Amino acid sequence: MAETAAKPAPVQADGKPPAKPAAKPAPKAVAKPIVGPVNFAADGRVRRRISLKYWSIRNARLLEGFYKAFAATLVKLDPLWRAIGYERAETPVAAVERAVKGTLFDCRMCGQCVLSSTGMSCPMNCPKQLRNGPCGGVRANGHCEVIPDMPCVWVKAWEGSRLMTEGDAILAVQKPVDHTLKETSSWLRVTKAAAESARS
Amino acid sequence: MSPLQDINPLDPGLPLDPLPGHSSRGRLERVLRRGEFAVTAELNPPDSANPQDVYDRAAVFDGWVDGINAVDASGANAHMSSVGICALLTRMGYAPIMQISCRDKNRIAIQGDVLGASAMGVQNILCLTGDGVQTGDQPGAKPVFDLDSMSLLETIRTMRDEAKFLSGRKLTTPPTVFLGAAINPFVPPFEFRPLHFAKKIRAGAQFVQSQYCYDVARLRDFMIRVRDMGLDEQCFILVGVGPLASAKTARWMANNVPGVHIPDAVIKRIEGAADQKAEGKRLCIDIINEVKEIAGVHGVHVMAYRQEEYVAEIVHESGVLKGRKPWQREARADEPGLVERMEALRQRGPVSPEKMAERAATSA
Repeated sequence: MAETAAKPAPVQADGKPPAKPAAKPAPKAVAKPIVGPVNFAADGRVRRRISLKYWSIRNARLLEGFYKAFAATLVKLDPLWRAIGYERAETPVAAVERAVKGTLFDCRMCGQCVLSSTGMSCPMNCPKQLRNGPCGGVRANGHCEVIPDMPCVWVKAWEGSRLMTEGDAILAVQKPVDHTLKETSSWLRVTKAAAESARS
Repeated sequence: MSPLQDINPLDPGLPLDPLPGHSSRGRLERVLRRGEFAVTAELNPPDSANPQDVYDRAAVFDGWVDGINAVDASGANAHMSSVGICALLTRMGYAPIMQISCRDKNRIAIQGDVLGASAMGVQNILCLTGDGVQTGDQPGAKPVFDLDSMSLLETIRTMRDEAKFLSGRKLTTPPTVFLGAAINPFVPPFEFRPLHFAKKIRAGAQFVQSQYCYDVARLRDFMIRVRDMGLDEQCFILVGVGPLASAKTARWMANNVPGVHIPDAVIKRIEGAADQKAEGKRLCIDIINEVKEIAGVHGVHVMAYRQEEYVAEIVHESGVLKGRKPWQREARADEPGLVERMEALRQRGPVSPEKMAERAATSA
């Protein structure tokens, strides 16, 4: 917020009086097409060309129910996972998870999935990777500040959360991302924790 | 209460005596908790290594504001760092509000900066996510965004209240800071914004400064929800305002500065005026006068970018201080009782929190 106040700086850097920066608004907008090809995110990661993420957000309630059943099944399979060994199951399960969630949510495999708390809109798709709500730069049309052609991840998250039965999970404060868990299976981690707490 | 209480007699740069119910030892928190209408302003960070530039830029606010925001590479443009500006300002006794943006530093650097800042006497920290690097002069920079404003608030609150790092490692002396955050009620998703504000309070925000307010109607709607949820009693709300230099600047800001919403009616009003700059200032004063009447608003944050010299005029003409004089570097000679009180304080010496607790325990 407050820090946006100094935004006209690049144009005014030549020390012109404050009335001047408005003199060439159009060239600035054209001169800085920071957003590259559509599949390129500003944080340097490749965006999927084909993703059902907006369908998933519209059907957040369906997916919420489906995931609950699916998670319960995974926990029931705990003996199987233990027979294989959670560590050995990691690679194939992570591959399946990457494919499924990549298609459905444009998942970034942060390894600590919070989709249930974000209306099925993956927060790692936000160029600032915000996990606790929108920044102050959302455009009037609800699009992203950084990638103007993309709807704000958090505007979508709010819409999705209103469709879910436990959508108020969006109000919980999330911890910062643990980068050591990147590219690992969130499904297995949750399953292991649930199975262990059930046993004890 | 006399503003003299807001000065450490031994050195204006030192923290004030601790007060019960206060988390910092700075003036801004005291002014707000006393129920006074607070005024803060934003310092335009210099592109130089000359400390005098900072002192000159702070001097124009002297005696008119309760806190000075030291911005952290605002708009993703490189400037003197907020830590550096704060180091200079605290030396002179000013009350800086150090902004920390998550764009440029990871959690290790940020926690170190918090300790360093507190050690230098910084009493107020404002936690921001930060603009994307694409808005600044160096769009090729790597965006960090390791924490977000919410987890940053929680991290510093944990450091202060539980005396430990995010990792759980202990701090021998925790930082004493008044924690702030930013809100923007003027952009979507509107329904979520009050709830998002509540989330920031849960994460640790004790005061908030809003984005530029040019749409008072929208702020009123937001404040109705805020009051319904009782948030105005849990957190001090400072509304961001600022003069528009001209209709062209206004259009430029609306189109290029992320998160700034300026209604067409406002731009038309400035465009129709003979002297656009004067009208922009008039508009700012009018907005302050409207905003201060909204229940639950505890102050204004004046962001007069490149028009800092008008801040004093705007604050004076809007009359929000109601005759109160915020701390000033040079003590006023006409201040009654100044000499006696300073002398008494000097003889008493500093008060430690331990001594205060002891005194409270024995008197009870």
